[in-house]
Amino acid sequence: MSLLEFNDRGIYCRKADVYLDPWKPVKRALITHGHADHARWGHEKYLCTESAAPVIRHRLQLSNQLQTLPYGQTIDINGVHFSFHPAGHIPGSAQIRVECNGEIWVFSGDYKLQQDNFSEPFEPVKCHVFISESTFGLPIYRWRSPEEIFSEINRWWKKNQEDGKVSVISGYSLGKAQRILQNVDAALGNIFVHGAVDNITSILRAQNISLPGTIRVLPDMKRRDFEGALVICPPSAVGSPWLRRFDPYSLGIASGWMNLRGARRRRGADRGFVLSDHADWNDLNGAIRETGASRVYITHGYSEIFAKWLAENGIESGIVKTQYEGELSEIIEGTDPEANNTTETVA
Amino acid sequence: MKFFTELFTSLDQTTKTLDKIKALVTYFENANDRDKLWAIALLSHRRPKRSVNATLLGLWASEVAGLPPWLFEESHHVVGDLAETISLVLPPPDETSSQTLSEWIEFIKSLEPLTVDQKKEKILWAWQRLEPMQRFVFNKLITGGFRIGVSQQLMVKALSKHAEVKENVIAHRLMGNWSPESGNFQELVLSEDSLDLSRPYPFYLAYALDSEVSALGNIEDWQAEWKWDGIRGQVIVRKRELFVWSRGEELVTDKYPEFVVMLDLLPDGTAIDGEILPFKNDLPLSFNKLQTRIGRKVLSQKQLKEVPVAFVAYDLLEWQGNDVREWPLEQRRAQLAQLCAAGSSVLRLSPTVTVDSWERLAEERMRARELFSEGIMLKRKDSTYRDGRRRGDWWKWKIDPFTIDAVMIYAMSGHGRRANLYTDYTFAVWKGDQLVPFTKAYSGLTDEEIRAVDRWVKQNTIEKFGPVRSVKPQLVFEIAFEGIARSTRHKSGIALRFPRINRWRKDKPIHEANTLEDLVKVLESNS
Repeated sequence: MSLLEFNDRGIYCRKADVYLDPWKPVKRALITHGHADHARWGHEKYLCTESAAPVIRHRLQLSNQLQTLPYGQTIDINGVHFSFHPAGHIPGSAQIRVECNGEIWVFSGDYKLQQDNFSEPFEPVKCHVFISESTFGLPIYRWRSPEEIFSEINRWWKKNQEDGKVSVISGYSLGKAQRILQNVDAALGNIFVHGAVDNITSILRAQNISLPGTIRVLPDMKRRDFEGALVICPPSAVGSPWLRRFDPYSLGIASGWMNLRGARRRRGADRGFVLSDHADWNDLNGAIRETGASRVYITHGYSEIFAKWLAENGIESGIVKTQYEGELSEIIEGTDPEANNTTETVA
Repeated sequence: MKFFTELFTSLDQTTKTLDKIKALVTYFENANDRDKLWAIALLSHRRPKRSVNATLLGLWASEVAGLPPWLFEESHHVVGDLAETISLVLPPPDETSSQTLSEWIEFIKSLEPLTVDQKKEKILWAWQRLEPMQRFVFNKLITGGFRIGVSQQLMVKALSKHAEVKENVIAHRLMGNWSPESGNFQELVLSEDSLDLSRPYPFYLAYALDSEVSALGNIEDWQAEWKWDGIRGQVIVRKRELFVWSRGEELVTDKYPEFVVMLDLLPDGTAIDGEILPFKNDLPLSFNKLQTRIGRKVLSQKQLKEVPVAFVAYDLLEWQGNDVREWPLEQRRAQLAQLCAAGSSVLRLSPTVTVDSWERLAEERMRARELFSEGIMLKRKDSTYRDGRRRGDWWKWKIDPFTIDAVMIYAMSGHGRRANLYTDYTFAVWKGDQLVPFTKAYSGLTDEEIRAVDRWVKQNTIEKFGPVRSVKPQLVFEIAFEGIARSTRHKSGIALRFPRINRWRKDKPIHEANTLEDLVKVLESNS
């Protein structure tokens, strides 16, 4: 019997009778992080890290059903040891280490190796079997340093100020939005946020993550209130009437997909900033090597191609069909549940 | 190269016309004359001859990047563009270059006579000293297919601003036979006299009528003609020489030997706008016939006999050596009628449709298909001959296309703006209980629909063959097309003209899609 198996509900540990990031309702779920494709509604019991808990509680309206476990601490369920280790994806995000009788598996969830100045930095965990995402598992995805990207964003913001335009930048409302907020030059001007972003930002602030000040966009605000400002909104706001109030504005999209010209042009954005909360090609390969795993399962992303590449490089690999979407939701609208639930800000 | 790459980047970063013009003007202000000339050439689809095989470029790039060729190919499928894929997989450059655009173009041209190994050495040398975006531009210069999202009109606007020469003058000067290799910027844009004997005029193009025809006002003010489905062209006779241009600014004189008689029919200093049409026994033939002639380097006597062509004259642009585009249409037409009066079977005056009401015209339009016409062209009688696509004075009023409901069975990812997105589909109709593919189509869906179909394709793939996926037969689309002909090259035995997706029939289950018999019926009732 394999320590972890894959079925139509999620990644399953039979011995402990628990699931990791299941996509159908189960009795007991260990959750890597609060993004909607990983933390789903309807399980009886949830376990996640302390810093991931507030957002998950808010999004899924949980109270007693959710328990937390600090990074690095072990919980024993029927002889299987589970522990959370930082994945660097968003605050509170974890890889899940599963150990039984000396055999170690690690499920990565979503991860990145770049520093974002507010998520717990990715920590490599040695294991025998590694279950990795591959959202950007092609050699065409290699990120430049975040410093370069943020100075690009700052320059764009300044240029827009000179041209009398509001700078509107879109990024996933949990994680990307706050990463932008944390790393832009906040001295340049006011930073406004869409209601969906504001809700999550407040939750993160309440757990002692310090972020620059923001102003929530309210229906009665006038164009002059936004003069020279940066506005952070979720992807679903792009192309919606919500943006009209900022006209004239310049629209930037922050996403790993922006590395491709076709994706940039398709979205009708003025600027695409290559900023991702997922590992790029080099980091995926580096992270996998560092686990020392002799077998790797690839979940969402370019899984078939990436698995074949690993196999050619002497790493036994397999593909797992899951329902995780990676960064997909940043280019396909309407999949950021936070934004869709926030009707009060849509005037 | 730095300035040109910056230009390219800023053009790529905006969809707004004013910003694009601004970027172009900035470029023209900064670049030297040689570079400017090349930039104009590239933006009007003139480029250096391809000197390196595309497959080799891919192989060299995967070698430098340390990737197996199959992985490079997979990446290429996802990116949808070879030049971009190469620029993305290569390691960062270790040197910089200050060479200009025209110097790099000279570099590319110098590759031509070299051996494959020498070419490789030079290309790798270049990659090593170009930033990723410069690399992309460089690769594009080699591989061709440089689409920058700048229309000729836009470039003309910017050049006119920069050089302080009127737009229509610039538009005319940029037409025809100049080459960035031999010409120079001063001569092309600023000189008064035209050196090029063959130089055509920019074509005036119409938009499709998008309102009720009666909204155009009094029918007396309008000239109605049949809209022909051939190749739009310009016939020019100057100094006893004949030039035939296609709308794609291609000199095609040699392809239509029949037109030699123009030298007898037309005096020097004449330019006529019209349509090259297959014409036999005083009747136009289907466009499919013409297609058998297009693309042939050498025409056989048999082809010339089976598919003779005529030039159906629409308009007169130059008369007695003078540009007469400012004359009102009525006056141009009267002069044109005189020129065509000799009754030649090769030069024919485009017939007008004269009726006294819009209702009667609508009835006439219904006959278009019998005549192998696409519908009606409406031109204001007092209109001048303008350049480019314009609204207001000229309209095309096409007949409704044929439609058929078909099932999508294959999807392929697109290129450029549509790269990494499944946008090109193959459709099938029923033959008994089998689905037979009969056409490909891609345009016609909204961006939102494209994304929805893309998602569906990714979730309903049966098999993958490189960039192509076979999908579960489930989605039904209405396909519109302008014509249909028998074809031995297609499995279904038919070929469509201008197939495109009209709409997504979410209401139709696949068993309600049309059959091959339905298509054959359309074919038989229209030939």
